[in-house]
Amino acid sequence: MLAYLARRVVYTVPILLGVSLVCFALVHIAPGDPLVSVLPPDASLELQRALRTLYGFDRSYPEQFVRWLWRALQGDLGTSIASGRPVTQEVLKAVGYTLRLALLATAIGFFFGALFGFVAGYFRDSAVDKLASAISVLGVSVPHYWLGMVLVIIFSAILGWLPPTGAGDEGGPWQFFRHMILPAVTMSVIPMGIVARTVRALVADILQQDFVIGLRAKGLTDYGVFRHVVKNAAPTALAVMGLQLGYLLGGSILIETVFSWPGTGFLLNAAIFQRDLPLLQGTILVLALFFVILNLLVDVVQTALDPRIQRA
Amino acid sequence: MAWRLGSRIGLGLVAAGIAAAGASAQEKVLRVGMTAADIPRTLGQPDQGFEGNRFTGIPIYDALTHWDLTKEKEPSALIPGLATDWKVTDDTTKWHFRLRPGVTFHDGSPVNAAAVVWNVQKVLDKTAPHFDPSQVGVTASRMPTLRSARVVDDMTVELTTSEPDAFLPINLSNLFMASPTHWDAKLKAVPASVSDPAERAKQAWTAFAADPSGSGPFRVTRFVPRERLELAANPAYWDEKRRPKIPRVVLLPLPEANARTAALLSGQVDWIEAPAPDAVQQITSRGFKMYQNVQPHVWPWQLSFIEGSPWLDKRVRHAANLCINRGELKEALSGLMAEATATYEPGHPWHGNPSFKIKYDPAAAKKLMTEAGFSAAKPLKVKVQTSASGSGQMMPIPMNEYVQQGLKECFFDVELDVIEWNTLFTNWRQGAKDASARGANIINVSYAAMDPFFGMVRFTSTKTFPPVSNNWGYFGNDEFDKLIADARTSFEAGARDAALARLHARIVEEAPFIWVAHDVGPRAMSTKVKGVVQPQSWFIDIATMSLE
Repeated sequence: MLAYLARRVVYTVPILLGVSLVCFALVHIAPGDPLVSVLPPDASLELQRALRTLYGFDRSYPEQFVRWLWRALQGDLGTSIASGRPVTQEVLKAVGYTLRLALLATAIGFFFGALFGFVAGYFRDSAVDKLASAISVLGVSVPHYWLGMVLVIIFSAILGWLPPTGAGDEGGPWQFFRHMILPAVTMSVIPMGIVARTVRALVADILQQDFVIGLRAKGLTDYGVFRHVVKNAAPTALAVMGLQLGYLLGGSILIETVFSWPGTGFLLNAAIFQRDLPLLQGTILVLALFFVILNLLVDVVQTALDPRIQRA
Repeated sequence: MAWRLGSRIGLGLVAAGIAAAGASAQEKVLRVGMTAADIPRTLGQPDQGFEGNRFTGIPIYDALTHWDLTKEKEPSALIPGLATDWKVTDDTTKWHFRLRPGVTFHDGSPVNAAAVVWNVQKVLDKTAPHFDPSQVGVTASRMPTLRSARVVDDMTVELTTSEPDAFLPINLSNLFMASPTHWDAKLKAVPASVSDPAERAKQAWTAFAADPSGSGPFRVTRFVPRERLELAANPAYWDEKRRPKIPRVVLLPLPEANARTAALLSGQVDWIEAPAPDAVQQITSRGFKMYQNVQPHVWPWQLSFIEGSPWLDKRVRHAANLCINRGELKEALSGLMAEATATYEPGHPWHGNPSFKIKYDPAAAKKLMTEAGFSAAKPLKVKVQTSASGSGQMMPIPMNEYVQQGLKECFFDVELDVIEWNTLFTNWRQGAKDASARGANIINVSYAAMDPFFGMVRFTSTKTFPPVSNNWGYFGNDEFDKLIADARTSFEAGARDAALARLHARIVEEAPFIWVAHDVGPRAMSTKVKGVVQPQSWFIDIATMSLE
C-alpha cells in the first residue's frame, strides 16, 4: 500500500508539470495584451514598452515559463497584475471559500443522490423509481446558473429569507452559513443527479447478483441485505463523488459569479476578464493540484474499502 | 413530527431573515453594489476604469482639480480641488499651482507642495524610491504631457509639460494625492530581510493599499480584497459642503447584473450600479428609485479612412448618421441610454455649432446614398468589428444588430465581426490597415470623453495614427491638426472652450463616427438614500448624500 501511494505521488509530478505547461501556453496563446488591466489603450508606445519590461513580458516565452515555474515550486505564484497582491495569497484564500462551499454541496448532493439512487434501485420500475429517476435527470440537465438565479429570485428577492450574494463572513458563522445555502444547493444539483443515477444502476445490479439471493436464503433481514448492498455500492459511489468534488472545486465559475461568492470560480472569472495572467495561471495550477490530489485520495480510499481492487 | 420540525426550521429561517433585515435597516450604513469584480485599487490611482475613480478615488483622495458634481442640468465643470488656483508661466510648458492651506491627510500629515511632487514622482520618476509601476499605466496615459514637478515654496508647486498643453488642469483631476508620510511608515515596517529597494517599495505599496491615507471626505476602515471595502466619514474634511453626512459606507463587488438586482430587492444593499435593463420596471415597482443622466461617454461606430474605404465618401458617412432611429433603440434598452448626435451634445461648452445636424431622417439618408450610387439592389457592403461584452460597451450585440437592421433600410449591407473584448481593445490600437482588422472598415469601441484629448484629439490628429493612439481609421489632416494646436495653446478657460467647440463642430461635420448612444450611468437606490445628485459625469459624490 505504501509503495503504491509513493508511486502515485511520483506520478503526479509529470502530470503537474504538463498541466503547468498547458496552462501557461493557453493563457499566452489567447490574443490580447497581458497588461490590459493596468494599461489603457491610449497609453503611449514608450509607456507600453516600459511596463512590458517592468512586468517581464518582454522576455521569451520559455524564459517566462521557467522563471514562473521556478518561483511556483518555491510557493511563489507571482503578483496579480490587476490587484498587485500576491497570487498565492489570493488563491489560497479563494480555495478556502470554494472548499467550504464544495464540501457542503457535495454533502447535500451525495446524501440526496444516494437516497434517490437507493430508493430507485431498490424499488426498480415502480412509481418511486420513476420519480427519483426524473429528479436525477432534472438535476443533471438543468443549467445550474439558471437554477441559481431562480432560487435567488424566490428565496431572496421575493421571500427575503436568504441573502443572495457574498460570503457574509463579517456576520459570524450563522450568517456565513446562511450565505452558503443558496449557492451550495445550486451547486449540489448536478452531483446529486449523477450520484443518483450511478447508485441506482449499482443497486439494481447488486440486487440481481447471486450472493444477494444467498444472503436472503440464509435468512438475513432486509436491513442486513441493505447493509451488504451499501458496502458493495460504496466504492464506486465514492469514486464518482470524489470526481464530482474535483469538478465542484474548479468548475464553479458561473455559480460563484451569480452569487458573488469569493471563491476560485469568482477569482477565475475576474482573472479572465481582467486578463490577469499571473492570477489565471496560479489559480488553474492550484485547482489542477487539487484535482490530482483528490483523484489520488479517492483511489486510496477505494483500495481501503474494497480489497478486491488490486492497485498495488 | 418531521413536518413540524421542518416548519419550525422554516419559520426560524424566516424570523432570522426578518431579524437580519431589521438590524441592517437600523444601521446608518450605506451599502453599495458595484459592477467591478474586485474592489478597485485603494492605493491612490484606482483601476477598473472610472468606476474605480468613482468609489476608491474621489471618496478617499483629493486631486489638484476636481469635477463639480453638484449639478444635474449642466455638464460637470472643472473646479479647484487641493489647488485653489493655477496659471501657466510665460514659458507655457510650466504651470504654477497654489495649494489650499490647512489641508491634512487622514494620518494628520500636511498636504503641501512636497507631497504633490512626491505624488507626481510615484508615477513619473523611475528613480524615486516610491516609484510604482502598477500605478503608471492608469495614470500616465491620462496625463500624457506631464513630465515633472518641483517645489516652488511650501504651498506652490510647479508642473512641467513636454509641450504647451492647456488640457493639463483637466488631466490633473486623475492624479490623486496619497500621503507620503503614511507610505514612509509602511516602508519602515517592511522586514529588514527584504533588501531589494524595488521589492521594499512594492511591499510598502501593498501595505498602503490595505490601510491607505488620502485627504478625501472618507477614510478606509476595513479592506477585504474581493469582498468589501468599508469607509468612515472624515469629519475634518476641508470642504464643509462635502463633509459626509453618512457615517459609514460599505462597497461590495457584485459583477453580475442579476445578482446586483437581487441584492437590492432583498435589501442586502441600498444602491446598485447598472441594474439589469429588464429589471428596471420591477425595481421601480418595488419602491426603489432609478437615477440616470447623460455621461461623457460615446458608443459609436468609428470609421476607416484608409485607401479604398467606402467611408471616404462624406455622403455615405452622413447617410449612415441620418439612418439610425436612436429613439427606438433607447426604448428597446428600457430608456437606459441617451441618443448620441455628437460627442458633446448641445448645451455642452465644447459642442459648438456644427452645420450638419444629426437626427433620424431616412429619406435624406436614402437620397444621399442614391447620390453616392447605392440602392436596395446595389447595397454598400461594410464590416464592423465589435465584441460581445466589455467595459462601456453597454449591450453590444443587440445594439449592433439594431444598427445593422436600421442601416439596411438605407442600402447598407452590414457584416458583424464579433471578437473577444480584450482582442478588440488591442486591435483598436493596431488600426484599420492592420491584419487584425480582418477587412473591417468600422470598429465599435465605446470611449470616455471626459477630457478633450480622450474625446476628440486622439481620434482626429495625424499624430495619433496607429500604433501611437486610437485614431484607428486614420482620420486627420492639416486643418484638424491646427484646430487641435489652437485648443492646446488657448490657456484661458473661455478661449480654450471656444477652440474646442470649433474642433468639435468640424468633427461632427466631417463625421468620422456614426454616433449612436451615450451611456446614462443607470443606478438604482433605496428611497432612504437622500440628497442624491446624478451629475452629467462618470462620477457621483457620496459625500453630499444622507441616509434616512
